[in-house]
Amino acid sequence: MGKINGSQMLLKCLVSEGVEYIFGYPGGKVIPIYDAIYDEKKIKHVLVRHEQCAAHAADGYARATGRTGVCMATSGPGGTNLVTGIANAYMDSVPIVAITGQVSTVEIGTDSFQEADITGITDPITKHNYLIKHVKDLPNVIKEAFYIASSGRPGPVLVDIPIDVQNALIDEQIKGEINLPGYKPTVRGNLKQIKEAAKKIHQSTKPVIFSGGGVIASNASSLLKEFVEYAKIPVITTLLGKGSYPENKELSIGMAGMHGTRYANMAFVETDLIIGIGVRFDDRITGKLSEFAKNAEVIHIDVDPAEIGKNVKVNIPVVGDAKSVLGDLIVEYKKINEEKGKADFSEWIDMIADWKKKFPVYYDKNSNLLKPGFILETLQELTKGEAIICTEVGQNQMWAAQYCKTLEPRTFISSGGLGTMGFGLPASIGAQFGRPDKMVFDIAGDGSIQMISQEFATAVSNNLPIKIILLNNGNLGLVKQWQELFYNERYSETCIRGCVDFVKLVEAYGGIGFRVKEKKDVEKTIKEAMSINNLVLIDFWIDPDENVFPMVAPGSPISEMLDHKQVKK
Amino acid sequence: MNHIISVLVENKSGVLAKISGLFSRRGFNIESLAVGPTDDEKIARITIVVNMDEDSVEQVTKQLHKLINVLKIQKLDPDYSVQRELVLVKVNSENKNRAEILEIANIFRANVVDVTKNSIMLELTGAGTKINAFEELLKPYGILEVVGTGMIACGRGKKT
Ligand SMILES: Cc1ncc(C[n+]2csc(CCOP(=O)(O)OP(=O)(O)O)c2C)c(N)n1
Repeated sequence: MGKINGSQMLLKCLVSEGVEYIFGYPGGKVIPIYDAIYDEKKIKHVLVRHEQCAAHAADGYARATGRTGVCMATSGPGGTNLVTGIANAYMDSVPIVAITGQVSTVEIGTDSFQEADITGITDPITKHNYLIKHVKDLPNVIKEAFYIASSGRPGPVLVDIPIDVQNALIDEQIKGEINLPGYKPTVRGNLKQIKEAAKKIHQSTKPVIFSGGGVIASNASSLLKEFVEYAKIPVITTLLGKGSYPENKELSIGMAGMHGTRYANMAFVETDLIIGIGVRFDDRITGKLSEFAKNAEVIHIDVDPAEIGKNVKVNIPVVGDAKSVLGDLIVEYKKINEEKGKADFSEWIDMIADWKKKFPVYYDKNSNLLKPGFILETLQELTKGEAIICTEVGQNQMWAAQYCKTLEPRTFISSGGLGTMGFGLPASIGAQFGRPDKMVFDIAGDGSIQMISQEFATAVSNNLPIKIILLNNGNLGLVKQWQELFYNERYSETCIRGCVDFVKLVEAYGGIGFRVKEKKDVEKTIKEAMSINNLVLIDFWIDPDENVFPMVAPGSPISEMLDHKQVKK
Repeated sequence: MNHIISVLVENKSGVLAKISGLFSRRGFNIESLAVGPTDDEKIARITIVVNMDEDSVEQVTKQLHKLINVLKIQKLDPDYSVQRELVLVKVNSENKNRAEILEIANIFRANVVDVTKNSIMLELTGAGTKINAFEELLKPYGILEVVGTGMIACGRGKKT
């Protein structure tokens, strides 16, 4: 039997997992793996310019495609640079496998050069992690890592491989096997509970579906659509749930929460039944927990039992995969409606439709200043909502969430749980590799983009035609907004105006830059950008004082929303 | 309220750190934690005593279940399980009070495991309350050191 080394075995395993891309960065303790990559035909390695972005790119790839993303870094600083990206994937339940080099097994624990206890460091931010001590374990570990990352509630798995293991010989024929006696994610929901849920929905008068990232992760969007269309129940989403149900439909009420639409939050106040699917009732949604949805009973469907009852009291818990549970729920709900007559929520829907008309998302259309709402509405028109929209973090992200109507799952990609500035561009890179057929936009702020602008190089050198919509307000806008509203306008360290010429910056990397200061240039510049087959950054000089509204002040109930009228001086 | 959680885990390196880390990271205090072998060398048992309300125990148990190396979790009912802890108690002891200390040891069925001319070490097994009472009685003599194992527990009856 032929022998190969651990590095070659690693790549063999990755190929058999169907890996197309590794986003990574080399270093001393992964040279054997990179030596094997040199000969690898089936997997493309994408060289990023900072390891954090390798993890974010793997994350963006995974969110855009539904497949597990892979990133790689060397030991020590390489691994620690991945940490933010891994934590980000963990918070948003994104399947990635991170592979790190490690000092040799005999050196571990001696503080040798570029040694860091990366399994220890990532324990709290991975679904699971491994330190491989013998090459014979490698095939099993890789197989298990991919299985764990992508099944149940998805999440990141880190595999740490000491350099002597990378070099050690192993029979080339060995195949990995899964042996995880302690890991059995529940897929099928309890049918008795689902019947109860169906009954409860039928009895309710003002139900809402509250749909989150879990619906997208389990590819349940088409079933959700089927359910909604049959039951005629309105749908609220979380930030990560955007796209789980098309936002241009009448029954979509958009995103709720701190910067959600007024009508979505009002629906939470009024509803008598929340059907939560793949959501975790995070504090950015619920606001003051004791005041949240006081009139409502809760059905909570989630694959992770630990999420049920963690934040809100649940009347009917259903543990299971969203897709499987929705399938069963549709059957049960139809049965009940056939038996007892079709439930009719049209009054409730009319009430919401009325709110929608009364309280649309607002910006001053008469202003001569460049308003982000105007830019993003124009973008929406030009892309017909068919592009993949990635976001950075801050006001830019919230505006994107409010104005970009997401029509399909996996086309709105944003850092929800961790709120990581600098996520959007590397995520766009991953998304563009995963979906070459789609146009990919990064909605950015001038603070966020500076955290990862080195990745212009990655985009340009890989001919990725990503379009960066830079909403440049010269501020760390969202923090400034809090300072304005809650800290007496004491703008401590949030002005970053005037230091960087972003057009020159992107051009220095070989991309194309435009600057737009006036409304009349918005449409034609975006159009032109869309026709360019290269990285494009449009530096929009927006109204620096524009804030995101509505807003629920931290710690307030979601019924108490501030809007532009209450705060504009 | 104290709860006893008995956790069967794969006997692999790093598992204990994953478990104890989970408690501290989610803000749960551990009263005691004892790790020991089982009849299967690939499996270890960790007995954890925590003081928290029902909801928190529920949450901690669910979070523990999510750890890949955790095989089984039992919440042991204090009334339907046997709990034991072993302590070694080193006490000041001179000739004049040695007899008294031995008397106490005798009543508690503690063993004398070491004697010097000015100290005595006693070994006691029992449930928490018995051990506390024992220590209380020895306090007046001057306790030099207490080393305890933390509680282990086993459900009564045939069920495992
Ligand atoms: C890595 C990181 N550091 C700090 C923060 C805190 N933070 C949240 S929003 C924000 C401002 C973002 O500024 P910018 O990217 O310019 O976007 P804007 O809000 O102006 O649209 C900051 C500093 C964060 N979310 N992430």
